[in-house]
Parts: sequence; C-alpha cells; structure tokens
Amino acid sequence: MPARSPDPLFPDAGPAPRPGPGPDAKMSARGVCVSYDGSVAVRDVDLDILRGEVTALIGPSGCGKSTLLRCFNRMNDDIPGCRVSGEIRLDGEPGLDAGLDVVQLRARVGMVFQKPNPFPKSLYDNVAYGPRIHGLARDRGDLDEIVQTSLRRAGLWDEVKDRLGEPGTALSGGQQQRLCIARAIAVDPEVILMDEPCSALDPIATAKIEEMIHELRAHYAIAIVTHNMQQAARVSQRTAFFHLGELIEYGATDEIFTNPRVPRTSDYITGRYG
Amino acid sequence: MSDPARWSSPEMVARLRRRRSSELRFRRLGAGAVGLAIAALVVLLATIAWNGASAFVRTQVALDVDFDPAIVGAVARPAEGPESEIDWAALVREALLREFPEVAGRSERRALLGLVSRGARDAVRARLLGDPSLVGRRERVWVPAAADVDGLVKGQLPRDPAASGRLSAQELGWIAALEERGLVRRVFDWSFLLAGDSREPELAGVGGAVMGSLLTLLVTLAVAFPLGVAAAVYLEEFAPHSRATELIELNINNLAAVPSIVFGILGLAFFLGTLGLPRSAPLVGGLTLALMTLPTIIVAGRAAILAVPPSIREAARGLGASPLQVVVHHVLPLALPGILTGTIIGMARALGETAPLLMIGMVAFVVDVPHSFTDAATALPVQIYLWADSPERAFVEKVSGAILVLLGFLGAMNGTAIWLRQRFERRW
Repeated sequence: MPARSPDPLFPDAGPAPRPGPGPDAKMSARGVCVSYDGSVAVRDVDLDILRGEVTALIGPSGCGKSTLLRCFNRMNDDIPGCRVSGEIRLDGEPGLDAGLDVVQLRARVGMVFQKPNPFPKSLYDNVAYGPRIHGLARDRGDLDEIVQTSLRRAGLWDEVKDRLGEPGTALSGGQQQRLCIARAIAVDPEVILMDEPCSALDPIATAKIEEMIHELRAHYAIAIVTHNMQQAARVSQRTAFFHLGELIEYGATDEIFTNPRVPRTSDYITGRYG
Repeated sequence: MSDPARWSSPEMVARLRRRRSSELRFRRLGAGAVGLAIAALVVLLATIAWNGASAFVRTQVALDVDFDPAIVGAVARPAEGPESEIDWAALVREALLREFPEVAGRSERRALLGLVSRGARDAVRARLLGDPSLVGRRERVWVPAAADVDGLVKGQLPRDPAASGRLSAQELGWIAALEERGLVRRVFDWSFLLAGDSREPELAGVGGAVMGSLLTLLVTLAVAFPLGVAAAVYLEEFAPHSRATELIELNINNLAAVPSIVFGILGLAFFLGTLGLPRSAPLVGGLTLALMTLPTIIVAGRAAILAVPPSIREAARGLGASPLQVVVHHVLPLALPGILTGTIIGMARALGETAPLLMIGMVAFVVDVPHSFTDAATALPVQIYLWADSPERAFVEKVSGAILVLLGFLGAMNGTAIWLRQRFERRW
C-alpha cells in the first residue's frame, strides 16, 4: 500500500483502517485510482460491497464517490479522457480487464441514476428493454412475468398495472425513479448501484424508495451514493466516507455515525463542513 | 425610499408612459414585418396562380374527320402498307376545308390550316387507333387549337386585328365562325401535366420534367439520406474527439455553403468523366444533387442527435446495451424528426437547383418522358428556365403553370415529411 500524502487541511488524519475482502464481499475494489485528463478523482481506494447489505458512499461534492461507483459497472469507459487503474472484482473475477465484455458486466451490475431517466416508450417497454436485449425471456408470457415481478419489487405494480401502455415519461418523478429501478431489476442483476437516486425527489417519494431499497437488500448487493446523512443512516448497513478522492473511513453504519474513528468523518457527519 | 408618492410623481408617470409606448412601437414593428411578409407571399402566389391557371386549360377545335379508306385503309388492313406512312395531315386538311369551302388559294389554305396545332394529326391518329371501326365513317374529333387561337380564346390576345398583329382579319373571322358553330371549346388540359416538352407551346407539357425531377430526387434521397445519417451518427456517437474529427466537421460545415455549380463541375468530372455514366440522366443528376444535399443532412442530423438527452444513452448503457443498440433503439428514433427536417430542407433545395444540372447536360430540350434512371431527362426548374427563355407569347402561361406544378411538388414533398415527422415524434 503506498503511503498517503499528508493532507494539509487535516494533518491528524491517519491511514484509514481498511478491511480485507471478506467472504461476504460481492464486489471488491483494491487500489482503484481514477483520473480525468490527468486530474485525479479517486485515489487508491479499497472498498467491498457485501452480499445482502446496503453500502452507502457519503462525502462532500467532488469527493469521488460517484466516480468510484461508476467504476463498478465501468460506466467511466464511455467518458473520454477518463483512466481507471487498480483492481475490481465481481465474485472474485476481475472486472476491469480490457478483454471482459462490458455488456455482460453491466447486465450483472445494474445502475440507477440521479435523475430519473425512463425511455420515451411505454411503461412495459421500459421494463422489458433489458430482458429483450439480453434475451432473458423465452416468450411473451415469460416477458410479462418478468415485467410484473420487477414492477412489484419496485413497489410500482399496483399503481401502474392498468396503464402499462402509457409512456414512462408521463409518471411523476418518484414513480419514474421506481420505474428506473424496476428496469434495472428486470435484467436480474447481482449488484445494484444507485447514484443519489432520491436527490431529485420529494420526501414522500424518497421514503417509498428507501422502503424499497430495504426490501431489495435481500436479493441484491446494493451500493448507494447519497448526500443525505439521514438517508445513509436509515438505509445502509455499511458506510464509506470519502474526501478529496480518498476513502477516509469505512465500517458498519452504526459505528460511523455514532462513533467515527477519524475526526474528519465526525466533522462531516455533524455538519461542520461539506 | 418606499415613498408611495414617488411612484405617482410626474417623472414616474412620464417614464411609465414612455416605456409603454416603446413597447407598443416594438410590437407594431414586429406585426408589421410579419404582415409585410405575408402580403408579399400572397401577391406572389396570386400572380403566379392568375397567370398559370390558364395553362391547365386548352382550347380545342372540332373537326368532322372523314376517315377515308383510301387514306387510312392501312389501319384496318395492315397488308396495304405500314401505319407510319398514312398521311394524317391530309385528314385534318380535308376536314378543315370542308368546314370553310369558300377558302381557295395556297396562302389562304395555309393560314386556315394554321388554326389548328401540329398536334391535330396526332389527335386524329390516336382517335382512329383507339377505335379502328371508324374507317369509312365521318366522326367529330376535338383537336388542339394553335397557340395563337388558344391565346385569343383565353382573352390573352386582343380580337382587334389592328392591335393584335399576330392574327389577320381573315383568321379572326374564321375563328369567330367556328365559335358561332359551337366548334370551339376549352377543356382541362391533362397533356400539360403528362406530356413532354415541345417546340409548339400548345403541345408542351411538364410531364417529362416532373418525371425527371422525381427520378432525380429519388436517387438523391436514396444516396444522401443513408450516407448523411450514417456520417452524422458516426461523428456524433463513435468518432474519437481528435484534431482529425474537428477538421472533418469544419469541412462539412463549409461544404454546406459551397456554390452549387461547383458540385456540378465535380459531377461532370467524376460521374461523367471518370465513371462514364450516361449524360443528361437522372442517375447522374441525383448523384450530383446528393453530394450537394449531404452536408445539409449531416449538419441537421448531428444537431438532432446532439439534442437527444445524454441521460437516455446512459440509461441504455447502464442496462448493458451495446453502443450500436443505444444508437438504433434510442438515439435514432428520438433524433429522426430533426433528421427528417434537415433532409426536407436539403431535398427542397435540390428540387429547385438548376446550376449543377447545367454541367451534366440535364439543361436540355427533352421531348420524351423519361421512364428510367438512365433516360435523358430534364428537371422542373430547368423546364421553367427553358420556357421563360422562349420567345413565343404562349409560353408565358406555361412558365407560370410549371411554377405552380413545382410548388405543388414541393408541397407534396413537405407534406410527406411533416406527416412522417409527426408519426415519429415522441416526448421525453
């Protein structure tokens, strides 16, 4: 592990304690660095996303948490000038190899974005799109079932079951985001990455999504980036705190929020900066 | 400072008045500009329609043709000789002379025969070939009148022999006699829409030019649309952002502003010179116009593709769609309305173009209606230009009529594009 350069703002910060890849780790990052056109966005990060748990990534804006999240399904590949180094593993298999098929990786590691982005197609076609391009349904009945199951898991079925032919863009913001989650689930991924999924939603829609995340945890490993401390505390079992591209502290959510080991973490959580 | 009196002070009231009157002036200026544009358009269209409407009507003269077996026997009995040797003009001559038995003398007879068009013999021939049982009988056939007679009946030429100069008093008398006997009529002129060009104004039609324009634009569309869309998609979605790409983009934008005759020279040098394609053909014209239209489609296509929200691409990629799937399933359907708009602008420009066609021999007097992409053909704007250049008075109405047909062609093309665009338009 390379020595960390001392931070002039926080001279008291020591090396963050980092757990090794445990048997529960669904995805793991080791020594991941990301730079955009030479400026470093993520610096030497080790992080595990565990099975059956929600891992929250918190930190001030520009700390690299979204960038790291996008490394897990290689969405950064499409950004010109972005370079990723280090090692990402999914079930112990390398995920950053150039030879790996990105399409398959993204089918196994789904993503939900900050702004709800349903396709301008019908609700049904939105959810059915992933299964269709990956050939997951044998026939129409199969596809109907996948669509229904996905919408149920996203808690949207009862609200939309009678109007599956309507355009996805006609829904409210919160419903659109749940539709996007249903769309991600329909591919039956193993991991779901959520990039501030509630930042564009009102408190009621947020509560529904949080409740859903709670239920989804049983089926998927989930990583969520959030700016909302309370949300991180409510939905996650593990929390990773980032600052200036570095992972400062990673541990059980209860511990991070009640008894952080690094002063910078407690400063951020209590709202002294960020 | 929040003194209520301040807002009702004389200076403030004057200020308010000034602001309102300047706003009113601006609104009136804008409305005036729009009104002026509409008025100009209405005047233009009304003038063309006024002059051109008569082009769709032709004057016909009735002839009681005696289908003398001695002359037309070959129609019924091919053994008597080929049909092409029949003297159809004799039938017309006899019918006319029977109508005016008092006419004698060579020059008078020639003047009398000049009342009907040279197309009269074709009308007589078509009538008999359509019904061979007429041989040996006398039948009334409506034949096209000569251009001057047509102009006179339509009121474009004065009936006073002193003012006309084109028709003598004797000719005017014959026409009056024919009208009196009910042997002159005006009918809708299908041949104007269906026939090819002719030296005789009363026989000239835009059919050949319409067909030529249609064939040419089909080639243009078939070449420019797929190439343009492919180039736009590649540049916008796949091309690396490098110096070379920037240079290409700059040059495409410049190409859109190149004078169209330059594309004609390119077509002449490459399509005719290097590839040896037939000259005057819609195939070459279409390819040349496609070169000219391509930059327009690429520029519009790129703008339309750029307008597709990045979040849609990200959503599809996040689900594991390949780059090609992202483009085919999401980007293109959303960009299609914009691409179609650009395409129709380019096609409309191509439809009105004559300069590049000049270089490849499509500015030509073509009598036959083209039926394939390699037949000699001309285009609608070229036809208008050629007629406008003709000295005969009767071509004036033909020019306006052809402009009306061109506008109709353009309207049909635009209508199709708008219909397609609305079919594909989606909200997001």
